[in-house]
Amino acid sequence: MGKQTLIFNSPIFIENTATVVGPKEGEGPLKTTFDKTYDELYCGTTSWELAERKLMSEAIELCLQKANKKNQEIDFFLGGDLLNQNITASYVAREKEIPFWGLFNACATSMEALTLAAVLLDGGFANHIVTAVSSHFATAERQFRFPTEFGAQKPETAMFTVTGAGAAHVSKTKTKIRIEAATIGKVIDLGVTSPFNMGSAMAPAAAHTIKTHLADLKRTPNDYDAIVTGDLSRIGSPILKSLLFEENIDISHVHQDCGLLIFSPDQNVFSGGSGCACSAVVTFGHLFKEMKRGLLKKILVVATGALLNPLMVHQKESIPCIAHGVSFEYVHS
Amino acid sequence: MDEKQIEKKIKMYKKKIDPFQPKPSYFKNCLKAFVVGGFICAIGQGIANFYIYFFDLTEKTVNSAMIGTLIFLAAILTAFGVYDRIGQFAGAGSIAIVTGFSNAIASSALEHKSEGIVLGIAGNMFKIAGAVIVFGVVSAYIVSMIRLLVQTLIS
Amino acid sequence: MDYIVAFAVGGMICVIGQILLDFFKFSPSHVMSSLVVMGALLDGFHLYDRLIDFAGAGAVVPIMSFGHSLVHGAMIEANRSGFLGIGMGIFEVTSAGISSAILFGFLVAIFFKPKG
Repeated sequence: MGKQTLIFNSPIFIENTATVVGPKEGEGPLKTTFDKTYDELYCGTTSWELAERKLMSEAIELCLQKANKKNQEIDFFLGGDLLNQNITASYVAREKEIPFWGLFNACATSMEALTLAAVLLDGGFANHIVTAVSSHFATAERQFRFPTEFGAQKPETAMFTVTGAGAAHVSKTKTKIRIEAATIGKVIDLGVTSPFNMGSAMAPAAAHTIKTHLADLKRTPNDYDAIVTGDLSRIGSPILKSLLFEENIDISHVHQDCGLLIFSPDQNVFSGGSGCACSAVVTFGHLFKEMKRGLLKKILVVATGALLNPLMVHQKESIPCIAHGVSFEYVHS
Repeated sequence: MDEKQIEKKIKMYKKKIDPFQPKPSYFKNCLKAFVVGGFICAIGQGIANFYIYFFDLTEKTVNSAMIGTLIFLAAILTAFGVYDRIGQFAGAGSIAIVTGFSNAIASSALEHKSEGIVLGIAGNMFKIAGAVIVFGVVSAYIVSMIRLLVQTLIS
Repeated sequence: MDYIVAFAVGGMICVIGQILLDFFKFSPSHVMSSLVVMGALLDGFHLYDRLIDFAGAGAVVPIMSFGHSLVHGAMIEANRSGFLGIGMGIFEVTSAGISSAILFGFLVAIFFKPKG
């Protein structure tokens, strides 16, 4: 529908979700909304990468347990993470033995996966799909920035990668949460070069996706109880609102940001949370819980991703970003 | 979109987001750097005086012993996960001094422990500190050659 | 008294580093490299020696002294053996610093785990 938005012919529902997080998230404002919390970053394993893998694997396991489904009964696994070659998702797929679609859109992967899952279900290609994304503070730090024990001073615009994994079981079984529409974003790059300032880099992509979504569906921000961005944080959120204001779109009364919801300001997280898991664990946990209670009837979740790589940053390239939006609707039983 | 349009958009965006960027508290940061850096130097002076007094070291060798001790302390603080917090607080107060060099080496080596001793620890040790050594040696070469040339020409 | 001078001079050098970080937006590696080069240049003009005499640890502890030590070692050997001496002596004075950093970094990595 319109330029970039998909509407699904058959109703697609979120049958179940599960979220597993690390220590800092487990001490934050949303601590009661997660299914499982680890109190140390290694999650009982011997390396950061193994810890992230465990988070994703357990998120999927918990998710399927809730639906009483075994791995063999799932048609496809759509997964992604921040690491080179998507090793977390790939190695988890090895363990789960479900036909695998590996995805990379940085922190926007959560919504990309849900959109693709809805497309596959709508097209009749599958009946049960599980999507999962993960991120880990230490694996992201050591890949994109500095070793974790290095004494560099991070600026206020830096973000704090969420340690966690969110999994969703998507199917046509009627539940209270329906995937109503999805808008696929374009890659937008307005010249921000610092990996310590991703909020400013991602805001234009989020603005473009939100604007396109509303135009494609001929809606206004008032049609939603909440428009939630993935990880624009304290720096990117006001920039987003300002960019949309220039287009006569005012989202200030419905806008929230997962990166600002998951941590409280006194947790030393600079400008807020980020990472694939940020949008996933907040949406699959807190936001869906609010929806099931009937507090939120229709929400648009816009996961934002910074598609950078340290090599390109060193080559003085700027950071291309993307944002995918999925609108969820509360369905009375 | 052609290149000129893209460039114009980038310039406009940069101007637009400037008011949204938090300005670093220059004075506070410089003060923190001054205090922590100065403090570590004062500790170094204390260590040097200690060595001269108790171990009878000469002026020449005491510098090496003092630096070695500070490097050891920085490595230990890195090992206990404390140095990165000092660094976040002090900024240049912890990286403009030799303890920052030691932290750069120790943290890089520590981070890659999971890849083994040879390829992980040893192979990655100079990820950050390498630039310092390279620039130090290259500039020292240039400076020394110029000085030697000047000395030779004068005499 | 020498503690106060060490504190003040060392602190000032760190302030220079902080200005490079905050105002010129250098990365940590750039700051360290710049300071080392500055130290080498200052020693080229015989200035860093005087700073060390004045401030003691306040000039030896900052990373600028690394640049100074490299030039110093090179010049000592060069005065003995000419141009070849530059390469022969460059690491002479800093040897303790670099080797201990490598040794302790290695031991730390063997016996400890990063805490994140």
